[in-house]
Amino acid sequence: MYDFNNIYQPKTVKEALEMKKAHPDALLLAGGSDILIQCREGRLAGRDVISIYTLDELRGICMEDDGTILIRPLTSFSHITNNPIIKKYIPTLGDAVDQIGGPQIRNIGTIGGNICNGVTSADSATTLKTYDAILEIASVDGIRILPYADFSKGPGRVDLREGEMLTGIRIKKDSYENTFGKYIKYSMRRAMDIATLGCSVNVRLTEDKKKVDRVRIAFGVAGPVPLRALSAEESLKGQLISEELLEAASQAVMADVNPRNSWRASKDFRIQLIKELTRRALRSSIEQAGGEF
Amino acid sequence: MKKQLVTCTINGKVRENYIDPRASLSDLLRGEEHLHSIKHGCDVGECGACTVVIDGETYNSCIYMAIWAEGKNITTLEGLSTLDGTISDIQQAFIDEGAIQCGFCTPGFIMSSLPIIESDEEFTRDEIKKQVSGNFCRCTGYDTIVTAIEKTHNKRKAERAKK
Ligand SMILES: Cc1cc2nc3c(=O)[nH]c(=O)nc-3n(C[C@H](O)[C@H](O)[C@H](O)COP(=O)(O)OP(=O)(O)OC[C@H]3O[C@@H](n4cnc5c(N)ncnc54)[C@H](O)[C@@H]3O)c2cc1C
Ligand code: FES
Ligand code: FES
Repeated sequence: MYDFNNIYQPKTVKEALEMKKAHPDALLLAGGSDILIQCREGRLAGRDVISIYTLDELRGICMEDDGTILIRPLTSFSHITNNPIIKKYIPTLGDAVDQIGGPQIRNIGTIGGNICNGVTSADSATTLKTYDAILEIASVDGIRILPYADFSKGPGRVDLREGEMLTGIRIKKDSYENTFGKYIKYSMRRAMDIATLGCSVNVRLTEDKKKVDRVRIAFGVAGPVPLRALSAEESLKGQLISEELLEAASQAVMADVNPRNSWRASKDFRIQLIKELTRRALRSSIEQAGGEF
Repeated sequence: MKKQLVTCTINGKVRENYIDPRASLSDLLRGEEHLHSIKHGCDVGECGACTVVIDGETYNSCIYMAIWAEGKNITTLEGLSTLDGTISDIQQAFIDEGAIQCGFCTPGFIMSSLPIIESDEEFTRDEIKKQVSGNFCRCTGYDTIVTAIEKTHNKRKAERAKK
């Protein structure tokens, strides 16, 4: 038995938003793989929750007319990995969420929960950052569109205002088209462990496959929130593919990150990981795109 | 809280239970249905000792709300043996391979193995390990468990091919 005070059970998104407005302090319960654990630990004991897990209108992946990929927030990690649209256009995302927890967690955990909890180690966050995800946030007053880049407010805090709920995650065609990417999760155990460091990269090469047309790099656990290495991305634009490029990238990202000591790893080890994972993920992305070193 | 009716199919039978809406599925299965293959191990999704199959996918029943089970099709280890208690091939394989010592983890491992042994695809030992990576065993060292799953998968595939 979970030590909640009350559990509300809306049947539609509309009802859920009305309940959220009426009970602003109630927590939205999606797959529960964060909330139910925190409730067992006593941290959320006595709280009210609104269970949205059974709202199937918030589940699934589709492609919109202009080629935008829409991921509904309750889609589980395993359904993302196995989805044909994701496999074809953004396999890096499917790969990233396939490294979360174990099979049971990947069946219950939702991508919406993964980014709304605001933690820096969330395995889907970095790849969504590199693909410039756009969030659809709803309340009884209507819908607000927000770049995922502006969502983080600090460790464990995101820009969800009173009465709001995440209802969609979109990735534009321009963002994923002709890109090749790689997510590397470094953790102490191969399964059932959160990242010591996560690095997601994707590239688009010039037509002759000799230069980097566009590169995007993001890190988890390299700062208090998942972050993009924007200055490094800018400095690598248009550069020739070479071993030196990998070295330059691994140096350039240092200006964008802010790792710290934790019980999992020291700051120095994280810096080492940031550099090494950047090299490896960038090399893999370029090779997948047909570039040669 | 006021109890609520949850109707779902458990091991092939439609079951109705009145439960507290704050109960977990493991509370319902073990507490109300007396399906004692469901273990309260960690109760926080870490060990897999409470694993069940819901509509073809594996879940930790300790972190699944009982109210979410409405209309679902749930299988527990009890659903694998026949009414007279004859156990299934995968259970027998665990015994034959020495994949059971204390046995606490066994029902969970077996439920986690179902998506593999019921599939016609090929699986490497590494892929089998990945499929059971959400299950902990404190006794066996895992190798025998992987072998039991591998052998049962091969056996079932051969049987299906004959049909
Ligand atoms: C054993 C175990 C292993 C794990 N391993 C990993 C791992 O390797 N990598 C990783 O990244 N995570 C891991 N996690 C954490 C967890 O599985 C993920 O963060 C998951 O994405 C949470 O989603 P959920 O729907 O299950 O969460 P919930 O607990 O339902 O929700 C999480 C938070 O998001 C909010 N929320 C959910 N949906 C919405 C919405 N639509 N709108 C607004 N707010 C919403 C909730 O209110 C809550 O604050 C693990 C968890 C467990 C128990
Ligand atoms: S008891 Fe459910 S995962 Fe441990
Ligand atoms: S046999 Fe004892 S925990 Fe696995």
